Amino acid sequence: MSSAVDGANPVRRGIGRALVADRMGLAGLVLVVAFLMMALLAPWIAPYDPIALDVKARFQPPSAQHWAGTDHLGRDLLSRIIWGARLALGIAMTSIGIAGAIGLILGLIAGHGPRWLDGILVLIFDSMSSLPMIFFALAVITVLGPGTATLIFVIVLVSFPAYARLIRTQTLALTQADYILAERAMGAGSARIILIHLLPNVIGPLVILICMDIPVVIMLEAGLSYLNLGVKPPSPSWGNILSEGYNALRQAPHVVLVAGVPLVLATLGFTFLGEGLRDVLDPRGAGRRWG
Amino acid sequence: MLAYAIRRLGLSVLILIVVMTAMYGMVFLVPGDPASLALGPRATPELKEALRERMGLDQPILTQILYFFGNVLQGDLGVDVWSRRPVLDQILEVFPNTLILGIVALGWALIMGVLLGCAAVVWRDSWADRLLGVLSVSMISVPSFVVALYALIVFAVWLNWLPAIGAGEKGDIGSQIRALILPAFAVGIGWVGYLARLIRASLLEVMEAPHIRTARAFGMTERDIIFGHALRVAIVPTISVLAIGFGSILSSAVFVESVFSRPGIGTLITGAVEKRNYPVVMGCVLFMTAFYLFIVTAADLLIARLDPRVRDVLRG
Repeated sequence: MSSAVDGANPVRRGIGRALVADRMGLAGLVLVVAFLMMALLAPWIAPYDPIALDVKARFQPPSAQHWAGTDHLGRDLLSRIIWGARLALGIAMTSIGIAGAIGLILGLIAGHGPRWLDGILVLIFDSMSSLPMIFFALAVITVLGPGTATLIFVIVLVSFPAYARLIRTQTLALTQADYILAERAMGAGSARIILIHLLPNVIGPLVILICMDIPVVIMLEAGLSYLNLGVKPPSPSWGNILSEGYNALRQAPHVVLVAGVPLVLATLGFTFLGEGLRDVLDPRGAGRRWG
Repeated sequence: MLAYAIRRLGLSVLILIVVMTAMYGMVFLVPGDPASLALGPRATPELKEALRERMGLDQPILTQILYFFGNVLQGDLGVDVWSRRPVLDQILEVFPNTLILGIVALGWALIMGVLLGCAAVVWRDSWADRLLGVLSVSMISVPSFVVALYALIVFAVWLNWLPAIGAGEKGDIGSQIRALILPAFAVGIGWVGYLARLIRASLLEVMEAPHIRTARAFGMTERDIIFGHALRVAIVPTISVLAIGFGSILSSAVFVESVFSRPGIGTLITGAVEKRNYPVVMGCVLFMTAFYLFIVTAADLLIARLDPRVRDVLRG
């Protein structure tokens, strides 16, 4: 159960090399790095202002001037897609980071704290992760009103129970380990046990799970923005571009066709990288493509 | 078995109560009051006062919640803020569309997933197996609403083979089926990949079992072993996955339904969110929660019936 934890150190040195040797992992790595560069360098590599209107040049198909064409307001699609990468990755990393921190804290409390508290927390985690959470997300959006802050809140709400459950399971397994019992016998307090012993050991699996969740979150952000319930226009979210393109589907199908590409490549890239990482980090799965 | 069933059902009811309380309480968390939220920005003070009284907001909060629970138990989910129609009527009107979409999507995903999973085991460790592996991962990770948009452009706009919007004419089965093809394709494709992976992993484990080795010793071909003996064992773990999968299928249905403007729970709730029509949103959430809990509980009870070991887990 905890082989990923125990095996982490000897394997860690070879992660980079093993990942490069794995063709799918390598493809994922290349895509992820490309999107990260796009997000970081957006202001310098985007050829146009992503929200500058040029109504005379509306609905232009891809050309030498506008590599990906223009949308219904004449905005350059390539620039919007590049800035969209910054938005998608920014939102995904912020929300997943917060969700990971909350999951870590609640999971440690549930796994290490008093039993009655564990019971309540597990009931909450189980209720939340065994339900179609998108419907709850929509209810929260109704109450708070759509927008970037709501979107991040909703993603945190949907994601943290899975992290908390994982951390709780890991913590419970470790709390029974001999070295923790020994530490406790020597009079160590809960704070010391949690910070020095539990935390470093449970964080590895959490990082893998978080990596695998990034494509899901990118998808959720784009999907909600597509429904006009996420990032507000004119921000260049990939979902907004798709939704604006949908309204002109017959007139200018290139908008949707072009705006779907980064979404597909980003989700594929992060998934491939996640799969590659798991294969490399989990020795039992090494060399097996399917896991 | 009875004790297990009671505990399992009790847990589901408890979750439902938690969800109902959370949904009802959420309205009180925002600045302003539920009446103005429910009525939206255009409400006059008199309208708000009338609604506040009708919603029982002048009562203590515990009374309100009990009142709300009583209403829900009688099948009263409130009324639409704008049209004043009962929420439950609206839900029941469109729910069959979503249900059919979910079943057809999961159905084709199951058939394709089993076939691809078996194919991967027959050709295991060959290039075909590896290709199917990459294909499955790709199908899992590509967002369903992007698949829906691309399918819409290719098959509805360019080729004009299938309708781009709606759920078909009432009473015309042919047009309903034609309207179902693209949405079901988009909703199900992720699950083709997921089930293929699952079946493959599960089959590989079963293929190590002694009775399979015996069958092999008798000279049966791999194909006959898989379809004759191994698959029926390997498919059992998928039952619980399918039940949980139905939840995620319904989630992607929310997005895919709006791409195809297909009447259903997804278009109902997203439309209501845009108009901040909280009674409809809350009704949809409660209805889907109850439906989903029913499916998952039924699957758990079915599995417990098939596998006595599961029953002991909750007991301890």
